[in-house]
Amino acid sequence: MATQPLLTARGLVKRYGRVTALNQADFDLYPGEILAVIGDNGAGKSSLIKAISGAVNPDEGEIRLEGKQIAFKSPMEARDAGIETVYQNLALSPALSIADNMFLGREIRKQGFMGQWLRMLDRPAMEKRARDKLTELGLMTIQNIGQAVETLSGGQRQGVAVARAAAFGSKVIILDEPTAALGVKESRRVLELILDVKRRGIPIVLISHNMPHVFEVADRIHIHRLGRRLCVINPKDYTMSDAVAFMTGAKAPPEEALAA
Amino acid sequence: MAQAQEFEKVLSDSDTNVAAFEDHGVSVLKRIQHFLHSTPAAVPLIVLILSIAIFGIAIGGRFFSSYTLTLILQQIAIVGILGAAQTLVILTAGIDLSIGVIMVFSAVVMGNCAVTYGLPTPIAVAIGLGVGTLCGLLNGALVAYMKLPPFIVTLGTWNIVMATNFIYSANQTIRDADVAAQAPLLHLFGVNFKVGTAVLTLGVIAMVVLVLVLWYVLNHTAWGRHVYAVGDDPEAAKLSGIQTKKVLMAVYALAGLIAAFAAWVSIGRNGSISPSAAVTDYNLQAITATVIGGISLFGGRGSILGTLFGAMIVGVVSMGLNMLGADPQWKVLLTGMLIIGAVGIDQWIRKVSG
Ligand SMILES: Nc1ncnc2c1ncn2[C@@H]1O[C@H](COP(=O)(O)OP(=O)(O)OP(=O)(O)O)[C@@H](O)[C@H]1O
Ligand SMILES: [Mg+2]
Repeated sequence: MATQPLLTARGLVKRYGRVTALNQADFDLYPGEILAVIGDNGAGKSSLIKAISGAVNPDEGEIRLEGKQIAFKSPMEARDAGIETVYQNLALSPALSIADNMFLGREIRKQGFMGQWLRMLDRPAMEKRARDKLTELGLMTIQNIGQAVETLSGGQRQGVAVARAAAFGSKVIILDEPTAALGVKESRRVLELILDVKRRGIPIVLISHNMPHVFEVADRIHIHRLGRRLCVINPKDYTMSDAVAFMTGAKAPPEEALAA
Repeated sequence: MAQAQEFEKVLSDSDTNVAAFEDHGVSVLKRIQHFLHSTPAAVPLIVLILSIAIFGIAIGGRFFSSYTLTLILQQIAIVGILGAAQTLVILTAGIDLSIGVIMVFSAVVMGNCAVTYGLPTPIAVAIGLGVGTLCGLLNGALVAYMKLPPFIVTLGTWNIVMATNFIYSANQTIRDADVAAQAPLLHLFGVNFKVGTAVLTLGVIAMVVLVLVLWYVLNHTAWGRHVYAVGDDPEAAKLSGIQTKKVLMAVYALAGLIAAFAAWVSIGRNGSISPSAAVTDYNLQAITATVIGGISLFGGRGSILGTLFGAMIVGVVSMGLNMLGADPQWKVLLTGMLIIGAVGIDQWIRKVSG
C-alpha cells in the first residue's frame, strides 16, 4: 500500500510470568480499512490489542499513532487519543445502569449552576443518547435504559459495549470478538455498524473466530500465531480453509504474505 | 453493503419497536426482589419502621414521644457520621478498621491545640481535620498504590493511630470545663434547641446533612458513579478509563476527614476529650450500621441512606430495650441477628441477575 499506516506496532513483547503472550509482534492498521485479526485461542490477539489500547504495558516494542510514538499508561489516555476498544470481557460495571456504563469516565454534566458548581450529571441527556445508540444497533429488546447491566442478557451486554465504542471512537475502533454472544439479527447489525463506521472513514480492528464474518467485511486479515503476526492476507486471494490452515500451522503461509 | 447470507434476508422485516411486556405472571416475590435490587435503602427503612412500631406498641406513648425519638437521634449522631465514612470505603469493596481511632485521635489533637497550646479554635479544628485526612491518605496510599488488602492495612493503622494517640496525649483527659472556658467552639455540635418537645442538636443536623450531601455526590456526580464502579468490578472500571487508584485515594482520605469531623461532633456530645475513648468500639458500631443499612461488603451496592437507617435501627432497638428494662445483652444479641439477616437479604437481592 502506498499510504502510511495510521497505527503501527513493532516488536511488541509481553510476558506474564513465564507465559509469553506476545513474542515480537508487529501490527499495521491503514486509514479507513477493516483489519481482521484471527488466530487460535491463546494466540495473543487480546494481548496485542490490550497493549495497543493502554490496558497493559508491553515489556518491549514501540507503538506509533499517525507516525508519533505513543505509550499509553491507561485506557483513558488511549480513549482521549481517539482509540476506542470493546474488550473481550466487555469491561462493563454490572451494578451500574446502561446509560451510566456508556458514559463511564466521560459523563455529561448539566448546563449552568447545577452542572458547573454542583457537578450534577445530566441523566436525561445521557439516557437519550444511550437509547439512540442502542436503537441504531437494533437492540430493541432492552426495555429500560436505567436498568442495571447485570440484569441484561449476555448478548445485550455485548451490544451495550459495542454501542459505547461506536458512539465515542474517533480515530480507531477495536472490537475483540464483538459478536461472540450475539444473535443472528444482532450480529448482522454489528457487521453493518462496522461497515458504517468504515464509511465514516474510521478504521476498525476486528478480532473474530467467525470466518464467514471475517471474510465478508475485512479488507485485510492479520493472522496471529504463537504470540506474533504470522502473515497478512487479502481475503480475495485466499479461501477460509487457507486462512484456517495458516492460523493453525497446518500449512505454511505464502512467501509474499510473510513480510507484509 | 455487506452481502448478507441467505438466512439473514428476512431481517429487513424485523420488528423495530422497543420491547414491552405486560407485567402479570411475574410472581410477587420476584417483583419484590427486583424492587429491592433497584431501591437498596428500602429494606432498612422497612425494618426501621417495623422496629419503631413494635417498640411503640410494647412501650406505648412514652416511646412514641418526639422527645424519645429525638434522643435516639442524638445518641446515634457520632456512629451515623462514622457510618457514612465507612459506607464510602465499603462501597469500594474495602473496609476501614481505623476510622474509630482516627476520630478519637483527631479529637485529642483538636483539644490539645485549642486548650493546651492555646491556638485559636478554628485553627485547632483545621489541624484536627488535617490529621484525620492524613491518616486516611496513608490508608489510601497503602491500599491503592501498594495494593495491600484494606483489612490488613487498616488493622495496622488502627493499632498505629491508637498507640500514637496514647503516647502523644499521655492519656490525659481534657476537662469539659477547660474546653468550655478556652475553646467553646469545640462544643458547637452539642448546641441543642427545642422544637416542641423534640430536642435536636447541631450534631444531629450535621449527620443528616452530611448523609444527604454524600447521597447526592454518590448518585448524581461522575465521581460518585466511579466509586460504585471501582467497588463493583475494579478491572472493568480501569478498562473503562476510570483512574481507580485516584478514586481509592480520595475515598480513604475523605473517610479520614469525615472521621475527624465526627471528632468535632463527639466533643460537643461528650464535653470532655478523653484519649481512652480509643478503646470504645465506635468503629464496629459504624460497620454494624453500614451492614444493617444494606451496603454490600462485596462493594458497589447499597445506598448511603440505608446506613442512616441502619444506625437508627440500632438506636431504636437499644433505646426500646432499655425502656423495657431488658438486659443490655439482648441489644447485642438482636444486633447480631440483624447483621446476619442483612447479609442474607443482600445475597438474595444479588441473585436477581442470576
Ligand atoms: N492476565 C494474564 N495473566 C497471565 N497470563 C495471561 C494473561 N492474559 C493472557 N495471558 C496468557 O497470554 C496468552 C495469550 O492470551 P490472549 O488472551 O492474548 O489470547 P487470545 O488470542 O485473545 O485468545 P482467545 O481467542 O481465546 O481470546 C495465553 O497463553 C494466556 O494464558
Ligand atoms: Mg482473546
